[in-house]
Amino acid sequence: MTITSQTGTTPSPTPARKPAKQKGGGFLRYLITRFLLIIPTVFILITVVFFLMRVTGDPITAAMGGRLTPDQLAIRIHEAGYDRPVFIQYIEYLGQVFSGNLGRTMSDNRAVTEVLVTYGAATLELAINAVIVALAVGIPLGLVAAKFRDRYPDAVLRILAILSYATPVFFAGLLLKLIFGVWLGWLPISGRADWQTELALTGLQNPSGIYWLDALRSGNMAALGDVTAHALLPALALGLLTGGVFLRLVRTNAIGTLGREYVEAGRSRGVSEFRLVTKHAYRPALIPIITVMGLQIAMLLGGAVLTETTFEWAGLGFKLAEYLTARDFVAVQGIVVVLAIIVAVTNFIVDILAALIDPRVRY
Amino acid sequence: MSIPSLASARKSWFARLPVVSHLRMSSGLQRGMLIAGLVLSVLFIVSALFAPLIAPFDFAQSSDMSGDFPRQSAPDDKFIWGTTVTGYDVFSRTMYGARTAIWVIIAAVLMSLFIGVLLGLISGYLGGWFDRIMVVLADAIYAFPSLLLAIVMSIVISQGQSSLWGGIMAAAISITVVFIPQYFRVVRAEVMRLKAEPFVESAQVIGSSPWRVMFTHLLRNATRTLPLIFTLNATEALLTLAGLGFLGFGIEPTAASEWGFDLNRAMSDATSGIWWTGLFPGLAIVLTVMGLTLVGESMNDLNDPRLRRFSRKKAQRITQAGVTR
Repeated sequence: MTITSQTGTTPSPTPARKPAKQKGGGFLRYLITRFLLIIPTVFILITVVFFLMRVTGDPITAAMGGRLTPDQLAIRIHEAGYDRPVFIQYIEYLGQVFSGNLGRTMSDNRAVTEVLVTYGAATLELAINAVIVALAVGIPLGLVAAKFRDRYPDAVLRILAILSYATPVFFAGLLLKLIFGVWLGWLPISGRADWQTELALTGLQNPSGIYWLDALRSGNMAALGDVTAHALLPALALGLLTGGVFLRLVRTNAIGTLGREYVEAGRSRGVSEFRLVTKHAYRPALIPIITVMGLQIAMLLGGAVLTETTFEWAGLGFKLAEYLTARDFVAVQGIVVVLAIIVAVTNFIVDILAALIDPRVRY
Repeated sequence: MSIPSLASARKSWFARLPVVSHLRMSSGLQRGMLIAGLVLSVLFIVSALFAPLIAPFDFAQSSDMSGDFPRQSAPDDKFIWGTTVTGYDVFSRTMYGARTAIWVIIAAVLMSLFIGVLLGLISGYLGGWFDRIMVVLADAIYAFPSLLLAIVMSIVISQGQSSLWGGIMAAAISITVVFIPQYFRVVRAEVMRLKAEPFVESAQVIGSSPWRVMFTHLLRNATRTLPLIFTLNATEALLTLAGLGFLGFGIEPTAASEWGFDLNRAMSDATSGIWWTGLFPGLAIVLTVMGLTLVGESMNDLNDPRLRRFSRKKAQRITQAGVTR
């Protein structure tokens, strides 16, 4: 629901902003400044997360506190170097992060980077599925709402949009599981695939980890069916809720474009109402949506944590929740930092796309 | 004929209250949405305030005089919404959940309001290096997935689990950290705009201290839009609390009742077809968030004259007034 407040206030990402006077090279300049801006963002995030996690104590005490004697604990802490000054640890951690080493998890002793690669694909798959559902639902319904502005279809759709915001993804997941999984028995309620399929797909040569892609590549149609059946409910739960945001956006923007002169001109030339909505009003209304997509990615990742836990979808969010319960803060820190970097980079790409499409964005 | 429209300037204090004035302005569908939102919000507040009176049992009560409560029993006369796997009464837990929710909302919104507005004022008015650092910091936090940040904060504050007040404060502070940038940005942008206004300059010329300018001249002008953010943030606070609880980072079930945590427990019930342990806390979240959102959105629309819709009668009166003049 931050949409209303975001459109109202102009964000100010650059501290000192001067209108670019020169005509040539404006875009390149914007590209570079915007790119440089990622660095402080990521840097601040890593710093904040590091110090926050260290304020309460070291990861070893957190993970093993009850199970080891104080002496054993002290030895472990000393071996891992957690008894040195925090600032030195911080510098060392920064060095590690920039060389791509995020440490080893406490609970199952794996490299955090390996965990990220293994489970990242599942999260990516879920995010892609959810975005497809969200766009497929949000854009057409948004156009309908704009066309019938302030009449019954619009009122119903607005309430649906509010409902989609008000429903936590895990509650939507619970209802979907109950209805389609338990009562109707149509769809599996948890996991990414049956174990046979899982075995077949992970046995492939260099699998992508995105199951439907792997199933397609190996031409295994039974596996594809199974994977799709498993993906349906999580994608619906997360996608429908994100779709509500797209619906509102498309509605607002399409109302704006439907009122333009060129739409009226099209109508006077005898262009059909359907074509007016789907072509004339729709295309320009898409531009602002791309910019908001970036913010949605952040929301989607947060939602993915909850969705994955709901459906036991073995992705990053699912693992994150597992590590949280195990108090494995090295793993948590690693996953959180990488997710933050993903969000920062996505925002950068989205801003660049927006600037390419609409030159007024550049400054 | 222009008198009726002028008379609206002098209304009783009651008619000028935020919600009441919005209700009088509204009509048709807009009024319906506002009223529906108000009803749901009042329902939420009533169940939070009077939870001990409404609920037949305590939120962590699993037995009474006649013995232990049945486990996972379907809704019947005694347990109108059924019982959970540990034998708690779902209805009582849902009612008490409103209480936890309202405390977290109040604490989170008050804290973020206070800190966010203060930082926004100082940063916007004084400018300079402080402003630049604050803006970069706020943007960095703003770009972060809020649930992840709340998770990190709750680890910091309570190592993940705690008593009633510890849990409420942990959830509230976690949410506060997420919200401060939003208030900060809004207030800062508004202060930047107001700084150029003549009345600020006049105050500076007669020698008012920066603090006086900030708190007497700028504060009231810069915070007009905040009630709207308030309702939106209240809902986000509630959803974040539920999300934290669902991940097991909330308040222990014996310390307080929390909807998100109950939903977490209900997940395994759902696989065996037990619907009542999840449905009711879930509906409570949905209806509360919907109620607050409807109120916030309607007020937002009604504040904007372009979005305000008049009833046919009122529209006629306005146009006629214009014609006869």
